[in-house]
Amino acid sequence: MWDFPELNFPIGEWVNRAVAWLTDNLEAFFDVITTAIREPLVWIKNDVLLWLPWWVVIIIVAAIAWKIANWKVALLAVLGLFFIGAMGRWDDTMTTIAIMVTSVIVSVIIGVPLGIISAKSDRFEAFQRPILDMMQTMPAFVYLVPAVFFFGLGLVPAVVATCIYAIPPAIRLTNLGIRQVSPEVVEAGRSFGTTGMQLLLKIQLPLALPNIMAGVNQTIMMALAMVVLCSMIGAAGLGLEVLRGMNNLDVGRGFEAGISIVIVAIILDRITAALGKKGTTA
Amino acid sequence: MPEENISISCQNVWKIFGPDPQSIIANSGNGSTKQEILEQTGHVIAVKDVSFDIKEDEIFVVMGLSGSGKSTLVRCINRLIEPTAGKIFLEGEDLSLMNEKQLRELRRHKLSMVFQYFGLLPHRSVQDNVAFGLEIRGEHGKEKDEKVAQALEQVGLKGWEKSRINELSGGMQQRVGLARALAVGAEVLLMDEPFSALDPLIRRQMQDEFINLRGTVKKTVVFITHDLMEALKLGDRVAIMKDGEIVQIGTPQEIVNEPADEYVSEFVKDVPRGQVITAESVMEEPPVLVNSEQNLAEVIEQMRTAGVDVAFITDAFGRLRGLTTLENAETALQNGLSRVRDAVQNEFLSASPDTPLDQCLPLVTDDDIPLAILDERSHLLGVVTRAALVQGMQSTDGNGNGNKNGNKSQ
Repeated sequence: MWDFPELNFPIGEWVNRAVAWLTDNLEAFFDVITTAIREPLVWIKNDVLLWLPWWVVIIIVAAIAWKIANWKVALLAVLGLFFIGAMGRWDDTMTTIAIMVTSVIVSVIIGVPLGIISAKSDRFEAFQRPILDMMQTMPAFVYLVPAVFFFGLGLVPAVVATCIYAIPPAIRLTNLGIRQVSPEVVEAGRSFGTTGMQLLLKIQLPLALPNIMAGVNQTIMMALAMVVLCSMIGAAGLGLEVLRGMNNLDVGRGFEAGISIVIVAIILDRITAALGKKGTTA
Repeated sequence: MPEENISISCQNVWKIFGPDPQSIIANSGNGSTKQEILEQTGHVIAVKDVSFDIKEDEIFVVMGLSGSGKSTLVRCINRLIEPTAGKIFLEGEDLSLMNEKQLRELRRHKLSMVFQYFGLLPHRSVQDNVAFGLEIRGEHGKEKDEKVAQALEQVGLKGWEKSRINELSGGMQQRVGLARALAVGAEVLLMDEPFSALDPLIRRQMQDEFINLRGTVKKTVVFITHDLMEALKLGDRVAIMKDGEIVQIGTPQEIVNEPADEYVSEFVKDVPRGQVITAESVMEEPPVLVNSEQNLAEVIEQMRTAGVDVAFITDAFGRLRGLTTLENAETALQNGLSRVRDAVQNEFLSASPDTPLDQCLPLVTDDDIPLAILDERSHLLGVVTRAALVQGMQSTDGNGNGNKNGNKSQ
């Protein structure tokens, strides 16, 4: 009487069956995606970040920071990365950055075009909104497991899981940015006979750039937030160190890895935030 | 008058916002007002059965308060807003039949637009903004740069090429907007309240510069404004819009002198008439106009008959040579002179027919001697007496019965 009746509504069962069906039937498809993600990821990790001498990486990051932001951010990058290296976390950090860079690239490649479509079509915007809400609020643990089913263990499912979490801000802010472009400027563009593509490339995207960059910034932060979680499905890097520190009750080890994540986050945030600001004036 | 070609022709243009606009047009005969239709059906009538012709090189001003439909109307011309019904022709070509591609070509080459809040691209420099229209139609290189430089020169922005838009004042920004529209070399300029967002002093300066610019650059201009003084100052003809309808179309003088209804007269009530009404509309036929070879005694007789103190005198080619007063003529006659030319005073004051009354006033120094209104060949078109001047500046009851024929017979 007081308990909820047992209706046995079998949502969970359906999801399991769907996942099983997808694994069985779309293996080739998932293999293609796995390769498409793994190749650049491994290249960035092994042939760039870990191949270059550590001081070259620091100089490159500092130069980018100086160019985009200012000398303070450049100094912060030098000191921060040096500190990470001094703690002995260099290789893990490079792995984490490789996962992040790949995730952000994939998120932008998928997110920005979808954002553009949302801005152009009210119907698509209404359709994508609840899906994005679900992607962002669903606990990430829930899709870690299907990610493993589809993409195996390691870095690739980590990137996929990170993207699921990190794509929504890219879509949302691109959409917002384009919709916020002054209607008069759009009208002016049309009055000079722009095609839809000219309008997009010469007016809407440049003017939406600060917002899009804010989206990229958020995407990076989301990706960093996923780093620790992804270590649970076998992704190497700083997250794995945090996890090992927890498992071994080694607080110091976890802290070193944790503080490294924070340093990476701050450097990337400052650089991309400056990029967004630059869009408004440049 | 030289023959004038029609540039833009609007015929029964409607724009209705709502789910079933055609039904509103079908029922438009039942006399419901815009407000009633909005309340009963939820349709907004922005433009209601508007027709007019704009001549080539004419400045056609559409004046109306906010919500009168004037901005919608101008957007119907380049189809930024699709008219619900009606036809719009540009040089005889029906714009409503154009497909997407033709429309684009039309906007790229024939119609360019200037916007109230400028509609500039903040991420581009001044010259890159001006180049926008040219870039869109695929022009590049030296030819493009030359057009941009020329347009910048025309609006007085030479030297500002590299500046960023947000470094410029409103007036300067609108110059960029104007230069961008001029650069594409379109025959028709659509200007949607271009000076309304500017400070009053800058606005006046821009109006003056625009008038000057028009002296060198011939264009058909559709100019939208909510400012009656601006309309009267700039317009060759002015259309007054109210609730989507045009209530009157006429020259500034016609609008001021012969308002079509209550609404327009209410508008023009406070217009400083001296600035709008020109000599042409208050001038009268000279009571006595004689040839310099005529007999002096006959002329004195004519002046007495007409009851005036002054006669205007032309030379053999019909040009005004001078005038003579009755007193002067009588003295000359008594001195034994017989021809009018012997009594002529060569010094007299004159003005052109388009001189505003304000500027005529100081020229009518003597109550008895009217101001001569001459055309560019010094032919007398008419005269303006002080009484006519004062009446012209005061009257509000449509008394501008200008005599435009003057003395063509001479």
